[in-house]
Amino acid sequence: MRFLTDRKRAQGLGSGRTGTHHHWKMMISSAVLVVLVPLFVFTFGTALGRDYETVLAFFARPFPAILTALTAVVVILHCKSEADEAIIDYVHGTPGKLLIVAVGALSYTLIAAALFALVKLAL
Amino acid sequence: MADVNRGNRPLSPFMIGTYYRPQMTSISSIMVRITGIATLGTAFLVVCWLLAAATSPDAFAVVDGLLRSFVGDILMLCATWAIWYHMLGRLRHVIWDLGYLVELDVSQKMGWGMFIGATVLTIITVLVV
Repeated sequence: MRFLTDRKRAQGLGSGRTGTHHHWKMMISSAVLVVLVPLFVFTFGTALGRDYETVLAFFARPFPAILTALTAVVVILHCKSEADEAIIDYVHGTPGKLLIVAVGALSYTLIAAALFALVKLAL
Repeated sequence: MADVNRGNRPLSPFMIGTYYRPQMTSISSIMVRITGIATLGTAFLVVCWLLAAATSPDAFAVVDGLLRSFVGDILMLCATWAIWYHMLGRLRHVIWDLGYLVELDVSQKMGWGMFIGATVLTIITVLVV
């Protein structure tokens, strides 16, 4: 027993069998948020409010482009998990399942659109 | 046999309303969830803005004009507070998960810290940006 970590002993338990994995993923993205959110808020804040040409030039630079892409992927997936959890808690049966599919569709579409826009702005 | 009791299981009590007295620990936790879902809405606005910038000057003018209008300013202000609050709330989860600061009075202080911290960070953001 003493060679097993707490997480290892909890993994695979519970009715859904995936709760520990979900929790662990949330902990990782939570820690990453603490780094990404301040960087993104001030970077995006610098870009918002500038004219069209300045915005194009801004997102053609590597740092804003890469940071925004990372933030889009990490934050949107994190918020998707957050929304999924709320749906699982409060919406049951078929509406709950459909809502989870809808949130997933919205999240992945947003990520794809953000990456497309950034590639187009950067090139 | 797995379907014997489907749909008729006991539910955990809903944490607000008449069943449970509002407390700093519960309210600050509920706000983490609300701000997390609200940030998905912020992501939608930001992605629309990026797509518009990648499309054409006209499209950019429309979306940029919306985000920088009075309503857009209020929305972005709330969005900024929400994402700061969510970040602090999630930091609290990480601290708890590592096994620190789980005492009740410290947790309540962290709850106040999240509300005050998010407000201070929002003010700093407005001043800097």
